[in-house]
Amino acid sequence: MPGKLRIRVDQDKCQGHARCKSLAPELFELDSFGNAHEVGDGTVPPGLEDKAWLAQTNCPEMAIKVSEE
Amino acid sequence: MSNHSPVTDWVHDFDHTDPRWTENPYPIWDELRAASPVVHTERFLGCYMPTTFDAVKQVAYDTEHFSSRRVVVRDVRPEVIPSPPITSDPPEHKPAKQLLLPSFTPDAMKKLEPRVRAICNELIDGFIDEAGCDVASRYSKHIPVRTIAHMLGIPETDSDRFIKWIHEILELGIKDQAVMMNAVREMTAYFAGHIEQRKKAPTDDLITTLMNARDKNGKPLQDVHVLGSLRLLLIAGIDTTWSAIGASLWHLAKTPADRERLLAEPELLPTAIEEFLRAYAPVTMAREVTKETDIAGCPMKPGNMVLLSFPAANRDPKVFPDADKVVIDRKQNPHAAFGLGIHRCVGSNLARMEMMVAIEEWLKRIPDFRLDPASKVTWSEGTVRGPRQLPMLLGKAR
Repeated sequence: MPGKLRIRVDQDKCQGHARCKSLAPELFELDSFGNAHEVGDGTVPPGLEDKAWLAQTNCPEMAIKVSEE
Repeated sequence: MSNHSPVTDWVHDFDHTDPRWTENPYPIWDELRAASPVVHTERFLGCYMPTTFDAVKQVAYDTEHFSSRRVVVRDVRPEVIPSPPITSDPPEHKPAKQLLLPSFTPDAMKKLEPRVRAICNELIDGFIDEAGCDVASRYSKHIPVRTIAHMLGIPETDSDRFIKWIHEILELGIKDQAVMMNAVREMTAYFAGHIEQRKKAPTDDLITTLMNARDKNGKPLQDVHVLGSLRLLLIAGIDTTWSAIGASLWHLAKTPADRERLLAEPELLPTAIEEFLRAYAPVTMAREVTKETDIAGCPMKPGNMVLLSFPAANRDPKVFPDADKVVIDRKQNPHAAFGLGIHRCVGSNLARMEMMVAIEEWLKRIPDFRLDPASKVTWSEGTVRGPRQLPMLLGKAR
């Protein structure tokens, strides 16, 4: 069985396209400038793995890291 | 005003104002991309064009060798007219952009959505009983112009004037500097009047937000900064989204299968809109080479402009399989329609909301529509590409 996924938004790369927030609102939140951050410590709850990968592959700045723990 | 000679060698002498480029740029971009990741023309006093997604991205990320002080490729290099943050380079760029960003977050756009929905329905009321109409001049054109006027707190009834200025700055102004400078002067005087009014009676709008903004030293912005940002918001907020809404409806009018699928599966609309943004990205930007460098092995020399075509990047088959097909449920779509790097379009959330609402309301009320075979679709030239005449027949085919 695969391990848990964890996501992280690289703050130097994120430019606020907000694609992740639109594709996976459970996993990302936006600050007052519209830049994205992972919710909590970035642990992806079971069942939302596909959304994590979807957000990662649609980020135009390649700012989202997904790692398996 | 100068007329350009027709292009006979796209790879060494490209011209994005050539009528064939305006009509159908996609095969031209394929030819350029096959030739080199960066091409050059002597036109426009010297201009490069990166042709691949990767080369476009490298230029967009490299603020050390490429300046944003001029963001339109023109026949001449007019004096720099600051419109922060789009014309700003680091370190001025970030603080100028941060003044605007909070007004354009997705949450801020949600509050604006009911007004946009009302605008769309008022417009549709105006032609729904007709057998056909020009969708560009009766629908797509008015949604962004009235929305940005609403945000800025200026009369929506001044729309025709705004559209005239934009045409003069972004289209006619490529080849005629006098027309462009005159439009800039008129816009500046217009906004200066609105600023004076608000000094006496403050209002709750974007003009007031900018007037109340403070720089990092706690001082109010200089008038030249406020006026520059206001010109930018008006220019950038109008024919861009007009083009994106128009191109989306143009696609749906000529592609019944996609139209029927969206009617049956409305939840697919956000994904479809990203694909319309990729395939028909309206906005091409520019940079100016300030220090010699090379991109993808191609030398780039100072003094030249760079035509930064995000639309061409979005058609690179190395990044987007079947790049020339419009796939409305495309899963992997990290397109660059709103730019890449620090200059990501400040209004991207606004544009997406307007597109979403405009297409949604249209499909609800006009599920059947098609291009009028008796009339011609025409496209704008140069920096922003979209349908400027979009004749359609409405209702079931008779």
